[in-house]
Parts: sequence; structure tokens; C-alpha cells
Amino acid sequence: MTSVQSATLPSARRIGLWLLLAPILLWLSLLIILPHVDMVLISLQERVSARQYNVSLDNYTAFFTEPLYWNTFVRTAVMSIIATALTLLIAFPVSYYIAKMLTGRVKTVLFVLCLIPFWVSELVRTYGWMIILRETGLISTLFQWLGLVDQPIEMLYNDVAIMVGLIYTSMLFMVVPLVSTLDSLDNSLIEAGYDLGGNSWNVLREIVLPHAMPGIVSGCIVVFMLTLGNYLTPTLLGGKDSLWFTEQIYTQFITRFNWEQGSAFGMLLLILSSIIVWLGLKLTKQSFSKVMS
Amino acid sequence: MIPTLNSSRFFKLSYAAYVTLFFIFLMAPLVVVAVFSFNDSMFPSLPWSGGTLDWYINDTEPKLGIFHDEELLESIWTSVSIAIATTLISLTLATCNAFLFERESFPAKNLLYILMLTPLVIPGVILGVSILVFSSTIANWVELQFGYDIEALRPGLTLVVIGQFAFITTIATLVISARLRKFDTTLEEAAMNLGASRLTAIFTVTLPYLKPAIIGAGIVSFLMSFENFNTTLMLVGSDAPLTIAMFDRLKEGSTPVLNAVSVILMAGSACLALLSLFVQRKER
Repeated sequence: MTSVQSATLPSARRIGLWLLLAPILLWLSLLIILPHVDMVLISLQERVSARQYNVSLDNYTAFFTEPLYWNTFVRTAVMSIIATALTLLIAFPVSYYIAKMLTGRVKTVLFVLCLIPFWVSELVRTYGWMIILRETGLISTLFQWLGLVDQPIEMLYNDVAIMVGLIYTSMLFMVVPLVSTLDSLDNSLIEAGYDLGGNSWNVLREIVLPHAMPGIVSGCIVVFMLTLGNYLTPTLLGGKDSLWFTEQIYTQFITRFNWEQGSAFGMLLLILSSIIVWLGLKLTKQSFSKVMS
Repeated sequence: MIPTLNSSRFFKLSYAAYVTLFFIFLMAPLVVVAVFSFNDSMFPSLPWSGGTLDWYINDTEPKLGIFHDEELLESIWTSVSIAIATTLISLTLATCNAFLFERESFPAKNLLYILMLTPLVIPGVILGVSILVFSSTIANWVELQFGYDIEALRPGLTLVVIGQFAFITTIATLVISARLRKFDTTLEEAAMNLGASRLTAIFTVTLPYLKPAIIGAGIVSFLMSFENFNTTLMLVGSDAPLTIAMFDRLKEGSTPVLNAVSVILMAGSACLALLSLFVQRKER
């Protein structure tokens, strides 16, 4: 905008700004902010009789006094943290390989190959793991054929199966930010590290990791978030005893129609994920808007 | 640890082996799903009972192929309609947002930007339930006050579109903003110096420049909507989109018809992926 026009058309410019502001304000308030405020309000309600509600913290105390709720919550958090850490451990060497050891066409092809599974829906990916892990599945049959076991083994419906599924599902969100931050690291810095007498470990710790930190944090936050909020993978791979917190929320809302309790659960999960994301940002001194965009 | 430096042969070999294993891990489930869609057995599992195309084209129970499975075909259509609607409204708002954040300055812009990003860190299930709760609060209130039931605010397709739109817009905004940031504003000024109004300049110069990003964001939005499960699960009514229909069948342990659907989905996604690569190439 040239200064002449902005001087002659201040009101038109104002209207333009408001025209752009109105939709986003409507979107954010009607679909993000107010629904969450409403959820908080409902979570603070206690049904006294039909259409009669009192304000109370009952739904929250129920959470803390009922061990099943509480245990599932902690379990979901711990499993999500482990899954995030394992995803990082598995993805980092691969990302480093793609970003630093390869060049040209091979690099592009391998990078695109990493993306392929994620063009396919999560349901299909989980389904693939079910076929591999089930009693009549690939691994069980392979083990029998090799003579390692003499009867079918069920590898589904346990924590390891859930973990495999979670790591697989979130791999992309770790690989992509890692490859892009590692890609921007100048090779001569790594060489300089070695020239100055560092060994691989020093170079990794003093040069590579600090440079890759924004990618690591953004990858971890997204993976953690997606894992914590996952419903499909734990339910399908963990079976009836998956004990995942989103499942509890689903049960309260859809099966038991107890929206007050469900809202309280929803708020607790949201608070937990916010705290962990916030801690992650603070500890690594990254900014939210930078990491996310 | 970079190719120009010497490292032992053993290290290089084991590193390459690790990366190979990783890619086997990455591809295995997809290959398995595809292969078992051709298994002539009632279950998607071993033993292998010979190849067949029944799970695609057979038209009788119990081996009903996907092209004759009315229920699944209908759910695919439901998903496509939802995805088209979600994509269109998300793109419209995302384009406005891109102009707002890249061009305008106003108080609290930073705060608004952070708010715009929050849907990325709200778990899908929670976004779903909060919208479910809020929409029924409104619907109940209206019904109580005016005795009129707003069907659209009860679980169903409209609500699914609204729920998906709530977070897909953020992703579309990021894609379009990134391209708009690279735009040389002097081009727009040149158009205005030549007598175009600001709106004409935007429509004839800026939007064509943004086209590849809008198409790219559209493809991503379409896929995200088509594949969404968590938010959809909470808002769905009687018409089930494909992910929900497949989930219901999976829980009961279905026939390899699900493998056939998956193969079709993979093919569809691959086409969209190629299309987006093609668009990006033209962009350069």
C-alpha cells in the first residue's frame, strides 16, 4: 500500500481490516474458545434432579477418588512420554542419515518414502499392524515356521502392541522437523568440531543437538499431543484393556451419557497436555508460534 | 559422521542396515494390507488360500466385494461430501487469515496468531466433545426459548464439517501464509499504479500467485478431513463416514473387504500426493 492511498482512504482500509478480522474472530470464539468455556462450566455441574444442577467440584473429586480413572490418566501420560522419547530415538538417526549422509536424488526419494505411510489413513496403518501382530498373523506364523514356538502366539492386545502402533503413527511428525533442521546445519561446522579434536559424541552434543533443538522440540510436542489424544490405535491394538484416557472420555460422553463427568475428564486431559507442552517449551527456551509454524 | 569424514566400514554398514530396517518397518503394514486384499479367505490373516479379486468385484454374500458393498460405498460418498465442504470453507477462511496476518497490522496481532495456532495442540477428541457440548447448549437454549429444534446442531454431518473445519483451517492458513510471505508487494502496487483498484489487483495478481499454495492446502485439507477420526467420532450422527464405518467393522473382525477399501484409499491418496507434487513443481 502506498502512502498516498492509505492517506486518502483511511476508512476503506479500516473496513478492509474488519472484514478480514470478523471471520477469524467468529471462528476462534464460536468453535474454539466458547466451546471450551462451556465445557468447563458443564464440568462444574452436578445433576441434582432432572434439569436441576448445582455448581460443584464433584466430577473432579470423582476423578481423584476413583483409582481406575486416576490410573488410566497417569498411564496414558507415561505411555505418551515413553512413546515420544522412543519416536525421537528411532527417528533421529534416520533423519540424520537423510539430511547429512545422502545427497541429490536418493535423499529426495528416501524423504518422500518417509511421507508415504502418512498419506494413508491412521485406520489403515493400524489395521496393517493388526494383521501383522494377531494370533493368525504374520509374525506368529513366521515364528511357528521357524520352529521358535509350537503354537500360535497372540501379540495384539498388550502394551507393546500399543507402543508399536503409537510410534509408527507419529513417526512422520518427528522425521519431517528433524530433517529440515538438520538439513540447515552447515557441514563445515561438523568438520570444524572434529578438527578441534572433538569425537563423534562431543560433536553430536555440542554442535548437532543444539542446532537441531527447535526441530526436536517441535517434533516432540506434536508427537506427544497426538499420542495423548489418540483413540484409534490404543483401542484397536490394546483391545478392551487398553486403558487409554480418551477412551474414558468417549465412554462418559457416548456410552454413559454423563457429559458432566466427560467434560471434567476432557478438561483434565487438556490441562495435562498444556502443562507438558508448556514445560517442553520452557525447558528448551523455544517459542510456541515459532515451533508450530 | 558426515560423508566427507572417514568412519569405519563397520559403522557405515550398520548405519545403512539400521536405515534399511526402518524403511521395512515403515512399509510393512501397508504392503501387508495390500497383499491380503487378494487373499481368498474369509479373514485377513494367514494361511494364504490363493489369490482372488473377490474382495473387489464379487457381488454376493458372504464374500461381498467393495464395489458391491452398498454400506461402505455410501460411507465413502459421505466422507467425500464432508471433505469437499470442509475444504471449501477452510480454504476461504485460511486465505482471509493469510492476508490478515501477512499484510495487516493491528493491536494484539501476536495474541491472535497464537490463538489461531491453538487448534494444533488441542487433542482431536477434546475439540470434538467441546463442540458437541457447546452446540447442544445452543440448540437446547433455542428449543427452550422458541420451541424450534436446530437439527444442524445435533450430532450429524453438519456438525462433523464444523468440527473438522475448526482445526483444518489452521493448517491451511499456515500453508497459504507461507506463500503469501514470499510475494513481492511491488507487483500489486504496479497493478494499482496502472489503474487497478486494490481488490482488482488482489484478484488478478495476488490470488493467481497464491494458486499453487491454495491447491496444495486444499489437497491437504481434503485428506485430513477424509481421514479424520478423533473429532469425527464425537460428532457423528446416523450417517457414518468411511473411517467410522471401517472402525465399527474392524472391532467386530471383518472380512478382507476392508483391505480392498484400504488399497483403494492408498491409490486415491497416492494420486493426490502426485498431484500436489506436480503443483509444487510448477510453483518453482
